Amino acid sequence: MASLKEMRSRISSVKATQKITKALQMVAAAKLRRAQDAAENARPYARRMASVIANLAGSVSGPGAPKLLVGTGSQQKHLVVVATADRGLAGGFNGGIVRAARDHIQALLNQGKDVRVLTVGRKARDQLRRLYGDRFVDTMEAGKTPSLATAQAVADKVLALFDEGQVDVATLFFSRFKSVVTQTPTAKQLIPAEIDTSAPPIDLQGAGYDYEPDEEEILADLLPRNITVQILSALFENNAGFYAAQMSAMDNATRNAGDRISALTLQYNRSRQAQITKELIEIISGAEAL
Amino acid sequence: MARLHFSLVSPERELFSGEVDQVDAPGTEGDFGVLAGHAPFMTTLKPGFVFVYDQSVKRAFEIQGGFADVTPAGLTILAEHAEETPERVATH
Repeated sequence: MASLKEMRSRISSVKATQKITKALQMVAAAKLRRAQDAAENARPYARRMASVIANLAGSVSGPGAPKLLVGTGSQQKHLVVVATADRGLAGGFNGGIVRAARDHIQALLNQGKDVRVLTVGRKARDQLRRLYGDRFVDTMEAGKTPSLATAQAVADKVLALFDEGQVDVATLFFSRFKSVVTQTPTAKQLIPAEIDTSAPPIDLQGAGYDYEPDEEEILADLLPRNITVQILSALFENNAGFYAAQMSAMDNATRNAGDRISALTLQYNRSRQAQITKELIEIISGAEAL
Repeated sequence: MARLHFSLVSPERELFSGEVDQVDAPGTEGDFGVLAGHAPFMTTLKPGFVFVYDQSVKRAFEIQGGFADVTPAGLTILAEHAEETPERVATH
């Protein structure tokens, strides 16, 4: 049985931990609101971009079609871009993304493909280094808040590898922000561009589409930009999801600490009372013996 | 007069969405204006100003290149960086 003094110090240590988790929870909640707004504000652009590309993709095909759109014709060389947060203390948030990416990489390796890994975010780097460190092409940081500059840097790297012919297929892993309680690790194919065929084609009411300059030139400009935008929106989704996950993880931790404190306090009071009773019995029986 | 549905979005946010009378935009092959019922049309944009005419008010947005897409549903501008310039000009 621990002494009363030891129990007192354990209680105060759990209380200190609770204060920290509580503070982290509140910070995450405050940042979540801003991150969520940013993620939602970024959606219209990505959505419009997708519909513009889907629209254009229908009009170009055949051998002249851009490789970013139709692929290189090979499926051998894969690039896996894994985007996580830089920091932890967010429950299973980073782990979920990394696990999804790992399963994908392993499946590709089993099929005998060449796989390269590009990590964005310190946690992806730390968790994948042991297994796939020799396959890293680069490691980047996600940064405090998602910015176009970060997304651009990642996209430039991906495009550079593609232009050198080192990549046939590029896939991006991130966590889609569904709601404060659900974030789903998601894979998105960057190259060849994923075309959303679910949307019905635009009804042109009999008129022909005019392009200035022509389709190929527009696509050549649009497709690299689309990759940047996809990465940027993934970073926004990740950022919002990270704070949501951190908030609920820290909420749980605070509640756990509260439970521990009441259990320990109960135990402490019991042993304090037991000791007092014991001392009383000693005094009384000593008095009776006289 | 028929109204044109116009939306201006940048990667960070949607700057404008709504019904307007006319929009002027800087296309790479020349500036152009769009009214309601314009033929389907798509072009890249160069850095410059997008002017939005609504009733008697003219609003200006500075953009750093992007795309314009005209469909029967309206005009969408996807801009790299876009910012509204503060002064609103009364046209008449």
